[in-house]
Amino acid sequence: MNARTGTDGPAIEVRHLRKSYGDMTAVDDVSFSVAEGEIFGLIGPNGAGKTTTIECALGLRTPDSGSIRVLGLNPGADVDKEQLHLIVGAQLQASALPALLRVGEILGLYRSFYRRPADADELVGVLGLAGKRRSFYKNLSGGQKQRLSLALALIGRPKIAMLDEMTTGLDPQARRDTWGLIERVRDRGVTIVLVTHYMDEAERLCDRVALIDRGAVVAIGSPAGLVERAGGGQRVRFVPSGPFDNRLLTGLPEVKDVERHGGHVVVSGSGELVSAVILALAAAGLTARGVQVESATLDDAFVLLTGRHLHGEGTVLRP
Amino acid sequence: MSNRWSLLPASTPRAAFGMIVRNEARLGRRKPVALFAGAVVPTFLLVLFGSLRPTNIPVKALGGLTDFTVYVPIFLAMVVAALALFGLPVALASYRQQGILRRLSITPVPPAWVLAAQFVLNLCFAAIELVLLLAVAMAGFGVAAPKSPGGLVLALAAAIAALFSIGLWISAIARTEQAAGLLALAYFFPMLFFAGLFFPRAEMPKPLLDASNFTPLGAAVQAIQSALLNGFPPSVPLLVMAAYAVIFGALAVRFFRWE
Repeated sequence: MNARTGTDGPAIEVRHLRKSYGDMTAVDDVSFSVAEGEIFGLIGPNGAGKTTTIECALGLRTPDSGSIRVLGLNPGADVDKEQLHLIVGAQLQASALPALLRVGEILGLYRSFYRRPADADELVGVLGLAGKRRSFYKNLSGGQKQRLSLALALIGRPKIAMLDEMTTGLDPQARRDTWGLIERVRDRGVTIVLVTHYMDEAERLCDRVALIDRGAVVAIGSPAGLVERAGGGQRVRFVPSGPFDNRLLTGLPEVKDVERHGGHVVVSGSGELVSAVILALAAAGLTARGVQVESATLDDAFVLLTGRHLHGEGTVLRP
Repeated sequence: MSNRWSLLPASTPRAAFGMIVRNEARLGRRKPVALFAGAVVPTFLLVLFGSLRPTNIPVKALGGLTDFTVYVPIFLAMVVAALALFGLPVALASYRQQGILRRLSITPVPPAWVLAAQFVLNLCFAAIELVLLLAVAMAGFGVAAPKSPGGLVLALAAAIAALFSIGLWISAIARTEQAAGLLALAYFFPMLFFAGLFFPRAEMPKPLLDASNFTPLGAAVQAIQSALLNGFPPSVPLLVMAAYAVIFGALAVRFFRWE
């Protein structure tokens, strides 16, 4: 629902957003829209412009050009900020809380900012901070600070939650718990924008993602759709029971390429690749041992769509 | 100030302000730099001076006043200066540096509420400490009741306005908590010198005394001393303090940044 006009429309609409800091262009023509109740991912390497986009949508930065509407509100307009901050909860990267306040005190403080706040006990329980209510903020681990920050993003029962790198610094169990929490929050009708450079997180949670690279949107779609668009490939790796000519497999319609790594054969392709390969081998009197099947992931899609590795050379990984 | 949206958003619970004040008080207690400089040190010095120096022998060089009576206004001014310079500016600069104000700026609470809370809190500390200090001086060391209580309140209010404006100015220009602390020190001790802490104003050579009259704490001591001993303070020191309040207040508003 549009907060100002009361009409239905996208929860968030970003059109031709541009923002530079001095000579450095952080965001160079980003457009996307997020439907209500959707979990939308902004994914890409660090420095791609994801955080700047979110900060513009929160009214923390003023875009150089382009427009943003969040439930019909303009985050850049002072008159809309009051309403915006009531209905949008956010987790920011570059922010902190007073070192000498206790977790319980911080939660109580942020609860008091809203007329109908969420149940702090429930949030703290789900986020595994129940035993930490008496701890000073400065004594929390990185992961605990992260979870508290997530709790504060949700404590005002927002209609939209914008979460910037919410699971960075969390251990695998805490990440899975956090994913569960995000899904439950979405089930209550909250629209969620996730900024992440973890492709597994995006594949697990997001209905749709925008791949962002060097300040521009490279592709938008469902994670499965993007993988499909990038060739939807699979790879089958096995050790054959005897020698064979590559042409045995390259002739198959499902097969795109055959490579040999030592004793291993790696066949890439699509469709019913595994059965096609096994059948062709059997017809030649061969069997495949140690068969491993890898499906293409968003990581692969990103590489194919941008020609660059997400976590490889040339991209700086944030700790 | 960059945040020009409403300072009193209609849908933000007013109780949030009370919660902010409560938590600022907790922080002030847990890192008591300002409380120490503004409450413990002046009280300690007052008791020390009262015990070491004669409190009842008039000194000719001091215009017939006792050593001790000369120092009471200085300690009162010191309370105001310490809370104004070490309380509010250091806290605000650290909140800005760490992104605490940034986090707050995306909630329904305007970050200015933190500034207001800091102001209210340090004002309360100042009021309590000023009353306590005066009570100790009167009950413990035989200092007479203020000649003009209304004039004293006015002199202290003017001192608070001037010093807190300077504090706000420091928080506007200091980028880090450390810078704010250093700037506060750099203002604090010269101001105390002109206030007569190191040697009394009555013993200052004429040019120095003239300069002292136009410093914030020099004017404060002049007005406070006059309200304590003679009656309603003269207008010049009050106007000097008002001018500091207006000038530094305007500069602070002009240059203050939330991020």
